[in-house]
Amino acid sequence: MDMDSFELGDLANPRCYTEPLDIGGCDPVLLRAQLRMMLLIRRVEEKIGDMLAAQKIPTPCHLGIGQEAIAVGVSEYLRPTDRVFGAHRSHAHFLALGGEVTALMAEILGRDAGCSRGMGGSMHLWGGSVGFFGSVPIVAGTVPLAVGAALAAKKDGESAVAVVYLGDGAAEEGSIHESLNLAAVWKLPVLFVCENNLFSSHMHISLRQPSNRVARYAEAHCIQAATVDGNDLVVVSRTSDDMVAAMRDGGGPRFLEVVTYRWRGHVGYREDNDVGVNRSTDLTLWKRRDPIRRLVDALTMAGGWDNHAFHAMDEAVKTEVEKAWQQAETAPYPPASALLDRVYAERH
Amino acid sequence: MAKVTMVEAITLAMAYELEHDPSVVVLGEDVGVNGGVFRATAGLQQRFGKERVMDTPLAEALIAGMSIGMAAQGMKPVAEIQFSGFIYPTVDQMINHAGRLRTRTRGRLHVPMVLRAPSGGGIHAPEHHSESNEALFAHMPGIRTLMPSSPARAYGLLLAAIRDPDPVVFLEPTRLYRLNKQEVEDNGEALPLDTCFVLREGEDVTLVSWGAMLHETLQAAAKLAEEGASCEVIDLASVSPIDFETILESVEKTGRLAIIHEAPKNCGVGAEIAATVAEKAIYSLKAPIERVTGYDIPMPLFKLEHDYIPGMERVIQGIRKVLEA
Ligand SMILES: Cc1ncc(C[n+]2csc(CCOP(=O)(O)OP(=O)(O)O)c2C)c(N)n1
Repeated sequence: MDMDSFELGDLANPRCYTEPLDIGGCDPVLLRAQLRMMLLIRRVEEKIGDMLAAQKIPTPCHLGIGQEAIAVGVSEYLRPTDRVFGAHRSHAHFLALGGEVTALMAEILGRDAGCSRGMGGSMHLWGGSVGFFGSVPIVAGTVPLAVGAALAAKKDGESAVAVVYLGDGAAEEGSIHESLNLAAVWKLPVLFVCENNLFSSHMHISLRQPSNRVARYAEAHCIQAATVDGNDLVVVSRTSDDMVAAMRDGGGPRFLEVVTYRWRGHVGYREDNDVGVNRSTDLTLWKRRDPIRRLVDALTMAGGWDNHAFHAMDEAVKTEVEKAWQQAETAPYPPASALLDRVYAERH
Repeated sequence: MAKVTMVEAITLAMAYELEHDPSVVVLGEDVGVNGGVFRATAGLQQRFGKERVMDTPLAEALIAGMSIGMAAQGMKPVAEIQFSGFIYPTVDQMINHAGRLRTRTRGRLHVPMVLRAPSGGGIHAPEHHSESNEALFAHMPGIRTLMPSSPARAYGLLLAAIRDPDPVVFLEPTRLYRLNKQEVEDNGEALPLDTCFVLREGEDVTLVSWGAMLHETLQAAAKLAEEGASCEVIDLASVSPIDFETILESVEKTGRLAIIHEAPKNCGVGAEIAATVAEKAIYSLKAPIERVTGYDIPMPLFKLEHDYIPGMERVIQGIRKVLEA
């Protein structure tokens, strides 16, 4: 492996970027709301992890614990009329847009009250009212869809944008490159958000790509790109705000690469320290680059916020999560008739 | 002789060919360091090295396309797709090149490759993780499509697939991977291709099934035997091309036919079997042919999965209908 071509440098080094965030100039009320959302996402995913471990969830789930700052930062300046797409690891994408916790939990449990009416589970989320136009486990599958949605948005003339989350692994699929090309040529308002957590299932990016910086693909297609610390809520928020604003003004597509790390294994609740990848040391270090802790520390240092306030927030969040889980668990399953009634439009 | 699961038998077959044929290579996402989603390639990279057991990027079209390229140049790639629902990006390459190179070059080039993928329901995830899409490949000229239904047949058929000079899509029923163990002699003996296997002889009705549904079909046959009905059970195994000789012979004997498959009914492989039996043996039939199948919908999430996959009750009901008509 030629380490010189590993361009991310410190961004991929968990020993760096561990300090409290620089929150100078940020609105403290907004920051606290964002903190609460990150915490909500984390506690929801921890709960899902616990329930997977307890075998209460029969369907596979991909957890993004450790990556919360990305969806929260990107969603901040989006509108319900924007069109957002996810993939297999999309709980955070759905929740950060304002998707309901109960609807997510119920979906994971296959209940009729789920956001996809219990037909999809963890990897097939949907939230039209909050602008979430779906997640699908086909890696890279929704990327061309977002390009089409961006074209539709442009046609509507309401300065809405499309946003699609993809992983570093997804960048290896051909459809990504086709999408980048056309989005650039037709100046479509689509934001590609690449959550580069350095892994595709169990394979580190060094085994799959000649460089660990994915934004280079966007640059090759003449798309303005930025690569930032994905565990820094403030930086993610600001960068995506700038990008989305430019897109709303007709500036064409943007590519935001956010470098991060997932704490759990590829699928399921375990940390995957043992399955073919030795990531124990890295994981311990990356946990110190915790996006939540770094924001909490920054708020504490700035004053007007302390441990007590954090715990009160955390308790409220945990209560909300427990309540949502209980509601979901007691909700009914879809009837067997649901099997056949939604394949085609009804004919009258 | 060791007792092994189906997934272990599959590993054994690949290891045997890697050991005995230097042109064989294994490739796919996570197949090397990790050993594969279902552990089908576990230990192979450690044993045969990174040059023979290759981790690829996340790129199915490439995996299939480069396998075709390698195969046409004398290698024998065995490629893994993590789930048969992720196989669609390969379809472009498989249909345009894998199945056509022999015809296109009038036999000068051929494509001895295997595309393996777990298939069907079984892990309680909807759609892509549970697809039964064998009919799709059966419709592609030049490609063989196999589905094993036991550890021994998985071993023998995979060996045959790797050795075959033409491309083979090898769909492994996820539900059967670890369902039970069977004695499999790791002696490198392949099973014949293009042939089905009569698993149970009978007089009253012919049951044709393949893959995971043979589990329910055999159970149904045993149950009906208690009631005095004698079912002949045929494992299709080679979904394409189909061994019609064996099927027709059986139907001419029993006069009744039920076809049981997990895939959707519309244009499923069952339709081809029914049509051919109607063409060739309609005067032997004493009752209309019955198909017991999945529905024409994407595979639903876990709760409704049980309603989707034909259970014992539906299978027995279907067979009774044929018996009583
Ligand atoms: C087309 C396709 N191929 C393979 C898979 C299996 N798979 C699911 S997620 C994944 C890795 C994706 O990595 P990345 O895009 O980096 O996202 P991350 O999992 O890191 O969030 C793989 C190989 C799939 N779901 N779809």
